[in-house]
Amino acid sequence: MYVAVKGGEKAIRNAHKLTAKRRRGDTSVPALTLEQIAQQLSHSVARVMGEGSLYDETLAALAIKQARGDLIEAAFLMRAYRTTLPRFGYSTPVDTGAMLVERRVSATYKDLPGGQVLGPTFDYSHRLLDFALAAEDDGAQLPVETAQSEDRPMPRVTDLLGDEGLMEPDPVTDEDAPVGDLTREPLSFPADRDLRLQNLARGDEGFLLALAYSTQRGYGRTHPFAGEIRYGEVEVEFFAEELGFAVTLGAIKVTECQMVNQFAGSAQAAPTFTRGYGLVFGQVERKAMSMAMVDRSMRWQELGEEQVAPAQDIEFVLSHSDNIQATGFVEHLKLPHYVDFQAELDLVRRMRAEWFGRREQQEEGEAATEAAQ
Amino acid sequence: MTETTFDDRTGDAAEGDRKKIMATLAAATPEAIAGKYENLSPPSFELVRQPETGLVMVRGRMGGTGSPFNLGEVTVTRCVVRLETGETGSAYSLGRNKKKALHSAVIDALWQRPETRARIENDIIAPLAAAQETAKETVRQETGATRVDFFTMVRGDN
Repeated sequence: MYVAVKGGEKAIRNAHKLTAKRRRGDTSVPALTLEQIAQQLSHSVARVMGEGSLYDETLAALAIKQARGDLIEAAFLMRAYRTTLPRFGYSTPVDTGAMLVERRVSATYKDLPGGQVLGPTFDYSHRLLDFALAAEDDGAQLPVETAQSEDRPMPRVTDLLGDEGLMEPDPVTDEDAPVGDLTREPLSFPADRDLRLQNLARGDEGFLLALAYSTQRGYGRTHPFAGEIRYGEVEVEFFAEELGFAVTLGAIKVTECQMVNQFAGSAQAAPTFTRGYGLVFGQVERKAMSMAMVDRSMRWQELGEEQVAPAQDIEFVLSHSDNIQATGFVEHLKLPHYVDFQAELDLVRRMRAEWFGRREQQEEGEAATEAAQ
Repeated sequence: MTETTFDDRTGDAAEGDRKKIMATLAAATPEAIAGKYENLSPPSFELVRQPETGLVMVRGRMGGTGSPFNLGEVTVTRCVVRLETGETGSAYSLGRNKKKALHSAVIDALWQRPETRARIENDIIAPLAAAQETAKETVRQETGATRVDFFTMVRGDN
């Protein structure tokens, strides 16, 4: 039960002032600029844009600064901000095949057209703290190597497999078919793959990581190979009605992951590999991979598999992946529940009174029996 | 959408050119555009559509080539102006910079005017496009240096 309670305004006002002071910290230390956050904490910015479901680096940097680095709070600020803006429409689907690739690796083919390019990555590092970064602002920076650029095409690994008929084809619907949008209508079940992918794309990285990990440990095995991970810039195009053509809005950075999984086939269709797909804003590989694995897990029904694990349970996954919703419900427990609790107090007191009453009667009964004996 | 399909559909190459002009302006920083705009001795114009910031929902495709799904939104700012001489210019670009949208729309309108087109192309679009291409080339070259050259260890007979 919710009852309006007044009071505490002054305490709240003062608490917010104190938060602002604590957020700033020691004023003899220079304040962070949004450019510093956007440039130097780019993985945090990417996570906030992805889970806030709004690509705008400066806004994400502001949200991180305001939230004192609490990334879920920052994503919450992004979601709140987006509700203040009108929606112009939907972009034409981005073409990840035409990406300006900054990183592209495949765990399934050593030599593949376009090659393997590592780009910026933490992989293969020894995870030793670099105290040079602590000693000087820029640490011990080595000059970056360059190589003759080769503008050779980088076909997707899944397309290469598809050319041989070894990969199930991507599902293709009529271009005018409606596409589910969680920001327009609330999630309902059964949820089709378009809604599932949108939900995963803005889902919590930690939650998806844990679910993906669970599938590897035996809770709904899907035997994944990282067919391809690519990261870089893609152009976003939007059909402007008044102009009558699609305008290029600019480029955004995305990570795409194609997981290649074990087989499907039937009396009618020859066996092929199956796939899971991940696409996220920014360089967020861990999440793109997790998304692809969870996407594949949730396709159990269509691929004739048994449902045995949490990662396959569409309703469970989609209902708990959103950290803004989750934090709202968990953290609302901090708000006053005085009336609810009063009712429970009354109840537990009554239960105890009854319990003691029964015990007293029992003891009296036993005493009477003893006396009679 | 590639330009070819675009041109095939409309049969209008000029529209393809305008698309390129608008894309170059959209990809430029607000500071770069402001710098070019200052040197223009800007013409008189009226606002047809005030600079306005909104959202576009970006779509991806399942598996990269399949059915579309909604990935997440981007902030977009747009603006439409009309020059005294009648040309209408539009701007659409990522981000929330209204001044950039206004400047870009005026430049787009001037590009449509035969008298000013060459100047816009030479003084504004060409240098912006060149800078953008250089930036992309740097990314390609730096990325290229991280290309893996595999070699196979040959095992001995014993």
